[in-house]
Amino acid sequence: MKLMIGFAILTMGVGIWGLLTRRNLIKIVLSLSIAETGLQVLMVSIGYIKGRTAPILDSAVGITDAVHKVVDPVPQALVLTAIVIGVAVDALMLSYVIRLFAKKKSLDISDYRDMKW
Amino acid sequence: MIKRAIALIVALLMVWIMFDMLVNWNAPNDLSGVAREYVEKEPTQLGAVNVVTAIVVTYRGFDTLGEVTVLFLAATGVAVLLSRRKKEPKQGKKKYRPASEFLKTGTHLLSPFIVMFGAYIFLNGHLSPGGGFQGGAVIASGVLFLFLVFPDFKLNHLALNWLESTAGASYVLVGILGLLLAAGFLDNRFLPLGHYGTLLSAGAIPVIYTLIGLKVGTELSGILENLKD
Repeated sequence: MKLMIGFAILTMGVGIWGLLTRRNLIKIVLSLSIAETGLQVLMVSIGYIKGRTAPILDSAVGITDAVHKVVDPVPQALVLTAIVIGVAVDALMLSYVIRLFAKKKSLDISDYRDMKW
Repeated sequence: MIKRAIALIVALLMVWIMFDMLVNWNAPNDLSGVAREYVEKEPTQLGAVNVVTAIVVTYRGFDTLGEVTVLFLAATGVAVLLSRRKKEPKQGKKKYRPASEFLKTGTHLLSPFIVMFGAYIFLNGHLSPGGGFQGGAVIASGVLFLFLVFPDFKLNHLALNWLESTAGASYVLVGILGLLLAAGFLDNRFLPLGHYGTLLSAGAIPVIYTLIGLKVGTELSGILENLKD
């Protein structure tokens, strides 16, 4: 699991690097999305316990001994929430990009300096 | 160059914050605290096979209500941002290239099954991996297929808005019914728990997930339609 956590942290780093260096608006949105994915993988892998199965208590797992057979369900529930919020935020940001592009016909963030001082 | 260096330093700092966690990581050997409680008591308390669903819909149901609200706000925001564009004068009707034969045939064949699969996912949310959000996303992907093949396809906004608002209002209503008839807001036990592991079990969880599935499906379809043009 250490490998998975390392990979997730690396993905977050890549996302933040992209967020800070890219100039294309769509690439900025994508970078935020990548960082988000890293965070989600990190959260799920924290809840993982070696050799256990998904927290679905059907006949293969059984109710009585389930505590020793399933992984932690709480981070998974949190990640489910995080994914949906992520989709909502991405859709909203992309529609801002569409509006900005309709106004100035440019996707380069350095063309939008109206609020900069 | 300096800007890039600063960006690299910030990104590395962010990684470094997490790096400590990676180095001192002790893999857990057992469930602890609240997770243990959930897994031990959930089957007798709520009767849902999928523990994640029980947590999302009931134990942390209030979070999910907030989540649905955020998604609704985002859909409204997208509609507000993008619908204003239509009032600006259009330079003639855009001509789209007609979709290829493969896409057409595939869509005709698959889109009913995609919607059916979405409904299956949210109806079985308490029994198998899946649930309202996933099912809603699958339904929206069916709608996306339709948009790809028929670019001029218009959704019936009246029906969509009614479906979405009714689903949202019923979700809150089910929560209040739990408050009145059972232990608290969004408690699923005001309906009989039924036989563990069957479709009509786990009290109000399938009802809530069906409502969420309809709401998410209609909202994502609306977002797709707004992003389309």
